[in-house]
Amino acid sequence: MRRQDIDKGVQSVFLLVALFSITALSLIMVFLFLEGIPIFETVSVKDFVFGKYWYPTDEPADFGIMPLILGSVYVTLLAGMIAIPLGIMTAIYLAEIASPRVAEIVKPIVELLASMPSVVIGFFGMVVVAPFLQKLFDIPVGLNMFNASLMLAFMAVPTICSISEDAIFSVPTALKEASFALGATHNETIIRVIIPASLSGICTAVILGLSRAIGETMVVLMAAGGAAMLPTSIFDPVRPLPASIAAEMAEAPFGSEHYHALFAIGVVLFVFTFGFNLIADYISHKFRQVGEASL
Amino acid sequence: MEIKMHTRGLDFFYGDFQALYNISIDFGINRVTALIGPSGCGKSTYLRCLNRMNDLIPGIKVAGEVKLDDSEIYDPSLDVVTLRRRVGMVFQKPNPFPKSIFENIAYGLRVNGVKDKSKITQVVEKSLKQAAIWDEVKDRLNESALGLSGGQQQRLCIARALAVDPEVLLMDEPASALDPIATQKIEELITELSSKLTIIIVTHNMQQAARVSDRTAFFYMGKLIEVNDTDTLFTKPDLKQTEDYITGRFG
Repeated sequence: MRRQDIDKGVQSVFLLVALFSITALSLIMVFLFLEGIPIFETVSVKDFVFGKYWYPTDEPADFGIMPLILGSVYVTLLAGMIAIPLGIMTAIYLAEIASPRVAEIVKPIVELLASMPSVVIGFFGMVVVAPFLQKLFDIPVGLNMFNASLMLAFMAVPTICSISEDAIFSVPTALKEASFALGATHNETIIRVIIPASLSGICTAVILGLSRAIGETMVVLMAAGGAAMLPTSIFDPVRPLPASIAAEMAEAPFGSEHYHALFAIGVVLFVFTFGFNLIADYISHKFRQVGEASL
Repeated sequence: MEIKMHTRGLDFFYGDFQALYNISIDFGINRVTALIGPSGCGKSTYLRCLNRMNDLIPGIKVAGEVKLDDSEIYDPSLDVVTLRRRVGMVFQKPNPFPKSIFENIAYGLRVNGVKDKSKITQVVEKSLKQAAIWDEVKDRLNESALGLSGGQQQRLCIARALAVDPEVLLMDEPASALDPIATQKIEELITELSSKLTIIIVTHNMQQAARVSDRTAFFYMGKLIEVNDTDTLFTKPDLKQTEDYITGRFG
């Protein structure tokens, strides 16, 4: 009897703790929407999202966040183009090609990279990469879309790599053996069996890596250049969504239109990352590998 | 008896552990040879020496002679990819690729460089017919192979192995995960295939060995105890140890 009571007590404690964190998170979301929605009394949703000019402190102010959205999207896409091949190929190398001893050393290093503070990466982009790019491409500013993308890619590679590596590593040995037994080489087995079998895990890895990149603030604040204009080349400075919020929140008067506009940007950003996570969740469930054979 | 494949004095090591001692067996062409013995006796390890599947495990060592026709298969100049095409394998648990039924069979052809579509279609049909599963799957060749039952999956795996036209087929307890009806189908298939193929089958089930094989080899603790015609081995074994095992006194 007493042991059952303890059991019930423990369960209630867990329930309470879980409820507490869920409530806190929900309240933050409610607050985000409550503070963001008032801006739409001044501008329509369409003008806000598709407007080309972001001059929140002018008289009259312009609240068009298209340059910011495009800044985020371009920076993330470019980062993806760099990070996805690097991350996946490293994962394949670690899971399939590297000797166990090499993998044992390299894997923790890759995972250590994931724990690098973003401010350090941003700082690196500012003081090392920016002057280097300036000289290499002969461009006026080194803090630009390309620099920020490089730094974001640097942050996304460990995420993409370690999740993909898990997916590739968990492909059943039976499938690999079946392929070898038919006279396939290791390369053919990797390309035709192992990658297709771990594709859902690899997709999840890519999306989680990119969703980390799109929500990342410090790196884009420091390395993207911060100009809220529609970019025309990869060497244009841009001002992604999170950078705008971080840079302007301190100077926006409490309760002003600018203040509400920044919260509305937060809502847009939330929609982006939420969408990414939904897609990741969908893919990992939809294409889940059922295993070698379901008897 | 014409010999298709043989081993002479085969020793096998996992690191420092010796798993096989001095194994010599001849495999007659288009015959079925069964390898029997209790779990851990080395019969699967031995089978995997015959298509060098053990190569995938780090730290193994092989000594002795393994010949397919007249070529030594552990010769460094031998192409292991070609060897595995000539010596096919069916595994204990059905392991179809998470691809369509058609692509499962076509896989072996594609990796061996066949590009001609009509040729592939033709071989897929022929292999599925040989494995006695064509009638069950012909209307759903583009559906996932994972939707088939366990017995169908195993026959699909046999069809997949047959598609690359092997000369020897190794079967590692191919029916141990199947129900009696599916098992019976696999056994009928083995008998049928043995008219064109040299088959070496590992089995736990002594009745199965007696039903399907021409010759039987009895393994115990990494050693070959006795090899003989199946009828002789099961009725008048030379050794007391073999008799004790087949009559169920140990193992």
